[in-house]
Amino acid sequence: MCLAVPGRVLSITEADQTLMAEVDFGGVHKQVCLQYIPDVRVDEYVMVHVGFAIQRLDEQSALETLANFEKLGILEEEFGDGFALAAKQAGQTQAGGSR
Amino acid sequence: MKYLDEFSNPELARKLLDQIHAATTQPWAMMEVCGGQTHSIIRHGIDQLLPEGVEMIHGPGCPVCVTPLEIIDKALAIAERPEVIFCSFGDMLRVPGSQKDLFTIKSRGGDVRVVYSPLDALKLARENPDREVVFFGIGFETTAPANAMTVYQAKRLNVPNFTLLVSHVLVPPAIAAIMESPTCRVQAFLAAGHVCSVMGTAEYPPLTEKYQVPIVVTGFEPLDILEGIRRTVVQLETGRHELENAYPRAVRAEGNPAAMEMLRDVFDVTDRSWRGIGMIPGSGWKLSERYADFDAEQRFQVTDIHTDESPICRSGEVLQGLIKPHECAAFGKECTPRNPLGATMVSSEGACAAYYTYRRLELVDAR
Repeated sequence: MCLAVPGRVLSITEADQTLMAEVDFGGVHKQVCLQYIPDVRVDEYVMVHVGFAIQRLDEQSALETLANFEKLGILEEEFGDGFALAAKQAGQTQAGGSR
Repeated sequence: MKYLDEFSNPELARKLLDQIHAATTQPWAMMEVCGGQTHSIIRHGIDQLLPEGVEMIHGPGCPVCVTPLEIIDKALAIAERPEVIFCSFGDMLRVPGSQKDLFTIKSRGGDVRVVYSPLDALKLARENPDREVVFFGIGFETTAPANAMTVYQAKRLNVPNFTLLVSHVLVPPAIAAIMESPTCRVQAFLAAGHVCSVMGTAEYPPLTEKYQVPIVVTGFEPLDILEGIRRTVVQLETGRHELENAYPRAVRAEGNPAAMEMLRDVFDVTDRSWRGIGMIPGSGWKLSERYADFDAEQRFQVTDIHTDESPICRSGEVLQGLIKPHECAAFGKECTPRNPLGATMVSSEGACAAYYTYRRLELVDAR
């Protein structure tokens, strides 16, 4: 849960006086808050934790880490369906049964 | 050496390991603080590649594992209320409370939702003004800025039906508590990289000085961990105890000043009880008085909590690094990810889950 995932900023918008960006994590796109790195530009890479950019990252490091995370299944854990993952762990095919 | 082929750069991994072996002349015990690092170490067998006697002690850095049982039970009581949409990160769903977990409540009709970001919960609150939306705000310093910003926005945008159930924990006081413990065997720490991405490194030199321990800020990928171990061993072997940043690509000494300013505005430092460990002074954040209206504990006066831990679960000792997961008699028997007795068996950062996922065949069968 303390993991931050690198992603590339695709576009930047302002909503409710809050800087938001669409960020690409190896093909998965998410809305990310940029308030903590407000001077980031489109095409730059940021470290993102639970929808918030917390640091910048250089492109080469970002791409290496992304490739690593994808191989380790971390991207699926981060962006997958939480209930499906929990159900799988509980030994159920879907949420709804009892433990 | 096994596993080396799985490293992203096996040549570099071998070079780092050779340097670690060359530098080591005696046994050392070092603790990786972060549960993400624990998983990386066990998954890649890093502990088994180290010189004989160099031990990795797994630390308490699994946020859902150390969230106090009383808060979990409160969360479950709030999540059961019909007017509530209870939002959480997925990692919390199967963490056992005294009687049940969020996943069970969902399966019995409770409105429990998994969100990617706390801002998603705030959005839900604005879209559902007739419901109470509660976000379970737990985690270390990495996660706290997200929750802080969300509460700040809730206040600024005047979203009265949003509250945060807060149980944040802090790394430096935990390091101090581990070093103060009479049973402490830890001689050095690998500090959690992304915590330092937010907070910077200024809090650590006083700890290296006071407790005479090296602290090396490290990332999560296998090569980052090997480099962290290499630097730690070199410090130990040369009698140094300094703060080193082995993860400069993501950690700057000053951290993220904007996030730290928001944290100071929204949270106050508080004593916090850690599940399985106990009270650690000044080791948590709670909402400051200015944000009391957004405190779920105040909005929902949940009393009548009677916590009940499993009598055979030894996750507290695992979290303190006193035993390894398989030294608990219940490991892989009464306690599995399907039927967990403790949070450490279900969290993606829990040490028991790591050993179960990557080592159970060799460990349980050997027993």
